[in-house]
Amino acid sequence: MTSIQAEEEIVKTMEDKRKKEQSLFRKLIKNRLAAFGLIIIFLLTITAIFAPLIATHDPNSMDVTKSLLGVGEQGYLLGTDNFGRDIFSRIVYGSRISLIVGIAAVLFGAVFGSLLGVVAGYFGGKLDSIIMRFMDGLFAFPFILLAITLMTVLGQGLFNVILAIGIANIPGFARVVRGQVLGVKESEFIEVTRSLGAKHRRIIFQHVLPNSLAPIIVYATMSVAGAIISEAALSFLGLGVQPPTASWGSILKDGKDFLVLNPNMATFSGLSILITVLSINLFGDGLRDALDPKMKV
Amino acid sequence: MGKYIFSRLINMIPTLFIVAIIVFLITRMIPGDPASVMLGPQASREDVEALTEALGLNEPIHIQFLQYIGNLLQGDFGVSLSYNQPITDLIINRFPNTVVLAVSALIIAFMIGVPAGIISASKQNSLIDYSITTISLIGVSMPIFWLGVMLVLYFSVNLGWFPATGMGSMDDGFISYLKHLILPSITLATIPTATFARITRSSMLEVITQDYIKTARSKGISEFIVISKHAFKNAFNPLLTVLGLQISSLLGGAVLTETIFSWPGMGLLIMDAIEKRDFVVVQSTVLFIALIFVMVNLVVDILYKVVNPKISYSTNKGGTK
Repeated sequence: MTSIQAEEEIVKTMEDKRKKEQSLFRKLIKNRLAAFGLIIIFLLTITAIFAPLIATHDPNSMDVTKSLLGVGEQGYLLGTDNFGRDIFSRIVYGSRISLIVGIAAVLFGAVFGSLLGVVAGYFGGKLDSIIMRFMDGLFAFPFILLAITLMTVLGQGLFNVILAIGIANIPGFARVVRGQVLGVKESEFIEVTRSLGAKHRRIIFQHVLPNSLAPIIVYATMSVAGAIISEAALSFLGLGVQPPTASWGSILKDGKDFLVLNPNMATFSGLSILITVLSINLFGDGLRDALDPKMKV
Repeated sequence: MGKYIFSRLINMIPTLFIVAIIVFLITRMIPGDPASVMLGPQASREDVEALTEALGLNEPIHIQFLQYIGNLLQGDFGVSLSYNQPITDLIINRFPNTVVLAVSALIIAFMIGVPAGIISASKQNSLIDYSITTISLIGVSMPIFWLGVMLVLYFSVNLGWFPATGMGSMDDGFISYLKHLILPSITLATIPTATFARITRSSMLEVITQDYIKTARSKGISEFIVISKHAFKNAFNPLLTVLGLQISSLLGGAVLTETIFSWPGMGLLIMDAIEKRDFVVVQSTVLFIALIFVMVNLVVDILYKVVNPKISYSTNKGGTK
């Protein structure tokens, strides 16, 4: 090896080392698409929190004399719906429902799914078979169909939407976590911990779960996108949050019936869903690549 | 192979059983008295009691469950009160329409998604690659119920090219049938098309850099043959593995698509039944879709083994797939 080659080699290893040391956040920011996603998610969160300040009108106040106005007419930014409610303000308030359901439902699914997955993967045997057979059973239902069925039984309402989408999320988390636990369980440091006499609970919560966290986080991010779409779908079908609560799905549902008279209702509510879901997916893709490009989630 | 299929069939039985249990449990979650919920607030006491009797709801829960399983084993899904006919007949009428929709969507997805992924991978980092990647990313993020409404807005309301709702009858000719089918099947095809494009691209990129592709190229085989024959053959497996999941989301998407376009399939049947509070129909159709999905998944798994005869297969316990 010539000295130049050797030097190049050294520079390269140094670069590699530096790259590894780059923080996760910097990696994410350098990925332009992921950064874009993050910015939109940030803006959306701001919109949801400060909805009363951003909205130009009361989202639920009706004025039939001003129904179905077009974009910008009489000071209504995106026009009004069939009840004369301001579409822009309703979309602003709708972001709250999307975010609340997206986060709460995924949290619900993640907590219960992870618990089941850990127990199945860690203890194995009969318990594993029983839990995972049940998860397979839940998996046999298309996600949205499971949520629809649960909603018909539970009835409309924000809490029930969270519950229904949360339950539909359980089997996915159980599978991902179980797979991770099976991998981590066999590693040497777990065996050492066990041979030192650590209790199962301690091993699970201090060692197994923290070491399976990366894929869980990526999967959860993607699931938030799915939960937001599902909430919109349920509200679109009239099975989601109760009217007159503004949700992007329910605005779209109303908009569908007034496509000819005012296409803005359907157009802008749906665009909000698309942009939000796209941003979360972009961020999730970036997060996966930053954590481990080979990760299969 | 026969042994594998047999063991998978045996393995399917507990899953089917659990699916039936889940549906039973969910329908028993209805708060209050199901019979009075189904009949509405105006129903008389006698009617409620008669329905409770007819549905067997006054039996203890384990007897109810045994009756339910017993009926299912005989292929009896019960009788619909609102349609006044056996649910099996309803399903036989509606299910083929959903199959037509789902299969057309799947065909579109394969015909567009797979070539798009191949082109994208073989021209990596070009403008066309970026366009395809961006479009497919938008595709997987698409709320298809919104896309459906937008397609109606532009192609039915504004341009008047396609009918907005309904399923054309074959009596009006094949063209009419096709015209009714186009918008719903495009709507339903969006997510699988984008998913196929993304998966084909990533698996093709993995394959293209391998030595045997370089060898094939160095032998002077045309690039088209290298890509379409040598590379794609090995990039095909990941597509098969996601096919099962895609079919699940297709069946779910069909419910939404059918609602938008009033396509008379299983999804519309479920939504109608929900509106009429006919829970027996909801329960049976949901169960039927889940059973179909389990069986389709089995076929996909067997197909996977046919394509990959070398992979050794141990019976899969515990559900990792």
